[in-house]
Amino acid sequence: MSASFTKSMARNIFYGGTVFFILVFLALTFDTTRALPARDHRENLTAQVAEGKEVWEKNNCIGCHTLLGEGAYFAPELGNVYERFGNNKEAIKIFIKTRPRNGVPGRRSMPQFNLSDEELEAVAEFLKYTSEIDTASWPPNIQG
Amino acid sequence: MVYQSQAVAKPYFIAAIGLFVGQVMFGLILGLQYVIGDFLFPTIPFNVARMVHTNLLIVWLLFGFMGATYYLIPEEAETELHSPRLAIITFWVFLAAGVLTILGYLMVPYATLAEATGNSLLPTMGREFLEQPTLTKIGIVVVALAFLYNVGITVLKGKKTVINTVLLLGLTGLALMFLFAFYNPSALTLDKYYWWWVVHLWVEGVWELILGAILAFVLIKVTGVDREVIEKWLYVIIAAALVTGIIGTGHHYYWIGAPEYWQWWGSIFSALEPLPFFMMTLFAFNMVNRRRRNHPNKAATLWALGTAVMAFLGAGVWGFLHTLAPVNFYTHGTQITAAHGHLAFFGAYVMIVLTIISYAAPQLLGQGEARSNRQQVLEMWSFWLMSVAMVFIVLFLTGAGILQIWLQRVSENPQPFMAVQEQIALFYWMRTVAGIVFFIGVMVFVASFLVKGREVARETPAAIEAAA
Ligand code: HEM
Ligand code: HEM
Ligand SMILES: [Fe+2]
Repeated sequence: MSASFTKSMARNIFYGGTVFFILVFLALTFDTTRALPARDHRENLTAQVAEGKEVWEKNNCIGCHTLLGEGAYFAPELGNVYERFGNNKEAIKIFIKTRPRNGVPGRRSMPQFNLSDEELEAVAEFLKYTSEIDTASWPPNIQG
Repeated sequence: MVYQSQAVAKPYFIAAIGLFVGQVMFGLILGLQYVIGDFLFPTIPFNVARMVHTNLLIVWLLFGFMGATYYLIPEEAETELHSPRLAIITFWVFLAAGVLTILGYLMVPYATLAEATGNSLLPTMGREFLEQPTLTKIGIVVVALAFLYNVGITVLKGKKTVINTVLLLGLTGLALMFLFAFYNPSALTLDKYYWWWVVHLWVEGVWELILGAILAFVLIKVTGVDREVIEKWLYVIIAAALVTGIIGTGHHYYWIGAPEYWQWWGSIFSALEPLPFFMMTLFAFNMVNRRRRNHPNKAATLWALGTAVMAFLGAGVWGFLHTLAPVNFYTHGTQITAAHGHLAFFGAYVMIVLTIISYAAPQLLGQGEARSNRQQVLEMWSFWLMSVAMVFIVLFLTGAGILQIWLQRVSENPQPFMAVQEQIALFYWMRTVAGIVFFIGVMVFVASFLVKGREVARETPAAIEAAA
C-alpha cells in the first residue's frame, strides 16, 4: 500500500464507513418493519398460529427441514407443504401423527413426536399461515 | 510468552480442541445418516446430531476466540491480565454450561428439555444455531460480560494498540449481536429478519474483526514486519468487511417475506463481500514475502497463510457463487448452502483458531518459540489432511447441490425432495469418505501434541535477504 495513504486515513474510513452503513441499514430495517405486516399477512397471525410456531420450535423441526429455505437440508421444504398437500390441513396432521416410532428400516424417517390434538391443529395452522407469506414467488416450484 | 497471565489461554485451547474432536465425530454421524437413513434412529435422530455438531462448532470457536484473546491481550497491552482468576472461573462456567447443554440434547427429547428449562417463559429455542435453552443463553451472556470486563480493564490500564482495539470491538460486537437471540417474535418473517442479525452479522461482520486482529497479531510475530504496515492493512480489511457486510445481510432477505428491494441491496453489497477476504490473502502473502525474520514456528506460518487462502475460497468464492438473487432463487436452502457453510466456517474461523493455537502452543508448553521438528511435521500433515479433505467435502456437496437443483427445481418434471435425495446418494457417500480423512487430520493434529521430540527447531539464519 502506498505511503501517502496513512494509517489514520484507513482508520477514518473504517469508523466513518461503518457508522454510515449502520445508519443506512437501520433506515432500511425501519422501512421493512413497516412494510412487513402486509407481506406476511399479520392479520392472519392468530393465537393458534403463534402456538403452532412454539410447537414447531419446541420439537426442533428446523433441525431436519427447511422453512422458507432456511434450516437443515435433510428433509423437505415445509414453507409450501400446505400447498403440496393439496391445501389440506388434515393431511398434514395425519402425516405427523402416523410416523412409526422406530422409523422406516433403511430410510430417513421422521420421529414420532406424540403431539396432542391441540398441538397438531396449531402446527398445521402455522404451516398454513407460513405458506401464505409473500416470498417473491419462491420456491421455484411445488417440490420446494 | 512474555506475561505470566497469558497462560490462562491454555485450558481454553485444550477445551477448544477437545470439543472440535466431538464436533467432527457428530459430523460423521450426520454424514452416515444421510446415506443410511435409520442409522442410530430413534436414539439419536438427525436433528439432535445436527444440533450437537453445529453447537459444538460455535462453542469451541468461542473457546478459541477467548483463548486467543487471553493470549494476545497482555502481550499487546504490555501488562498482566486484570484477573487471571476470573478468567479461570469463567472457563469452568462456560465449559459446564456447554457440556450440560450437549448432554441435555442427547439424553432427553428436545421438547422435554424445553419444558424442563422453562422455555415457555421466554421462548428462544428451536431456531437453527440458537437451539440452546434460554438458561444456557443467559449463561453465555454472563460469561461474555465477565470476559469483556476482564480484557477491557486490561486494555484500559495498558497500551491500546490497533490490534487489541479491533479485537475488543469485534468481541463486543459478538456479545451485542447475540442479544438478538432473545428476540423471538411470533411473526415468522420478523423472527427470521432478526435471527440473521446474530448469524450473518457474526460471520460476515464482527467475527471478521476478530479474525483480522488474530491474523495481524500472528503475522507481526512470525514475519517481524513493521507494525505500522500491518495495522494499516488491518484497518482497510475491516473497513471493507463492514462496509459490504452490514447491508450484505440483505442476501438473506430475498425469499423470507421481506420487501423485494432487498434483492438489489443484498445482491450488490454481498457481491462485494469477497473483497475483504481477498485483501486478507494479499495481506498474508505480502507480509510473509517481506518478512524480516524466519520464525522457527513454520507450522504457524503455514496455518496463517492457509487461513487467508481457504477463507477466501469458502467465504469469497463459494459465497459469491450463490449470493446474487437470480442465482440464489435456485440454490437457496440446498446442498450448495451446506457446501459454502463448511468451507467458509472451516477456512475462516476453524483455521484462525488453529493458527493461534499453533503459534501459542510451544510457548504455553514451555518449548520456547517453536515445537520440535517432528511435532511440526505432524502438524503440517494435519494441515494438509484437513484442508484437502475439506475441499473434497465441499466439491462433493457442490456436485450434490447442482444435481439436486436440476432434478428438483429446474428440469421439466421436477421431482420430490426425497426422490432426488436417493438419486444423489453417491455424492453423499463420497462426502462421508472425505469426512473420515478430515477426522484423521484432526487426530493427527491432536497427536502432534502427544508425541515427544527432542530436537528443537531453530531459526534459520540464512535467507533473511528474502526480505530485501
Ligand atoms: C467429518 C466431517 C464433517 C461431516 C461429515 C459433516 C457433515 C455435516 C452434515 C451432514 C450437516 C447437516 C447438513 C444438513 O442440514 O442437512 C452439517 C452441518 C454443518 N456443519 Fe458439518 N460436517 C463435517 C465437518 C464440519 C466442520 C469441520 C465444520 C466447521 C468448519 C462443519 C460445520 C458445519 C456447519 C456450519 C453446518 C450447518 C450448515 C448449514 O446450515 O448450512 N462441519 N455437517
Ligand atoms: C467466513 C464467512 C462466512 C461464513 C462462516 C458463512 C457461513 C454461512 C452459513 C453457515 C450459511 C448457512 C446458514 C443457514 O443455515 O441458513 C451461509 C449462508 C449464505 N452465505 Fe455465507 N458465510 C460466510 C461468508 C459469506 C460471504 C462472503 C458471502 C457472499 C459473498 C456469503 C453468502 C451466503 C449466502 C448467499 C447464503 C444463503 C444461502 C441460501 O440461500 O441458502 N457468505 N453462510
Ligand atoms: Fe450472509
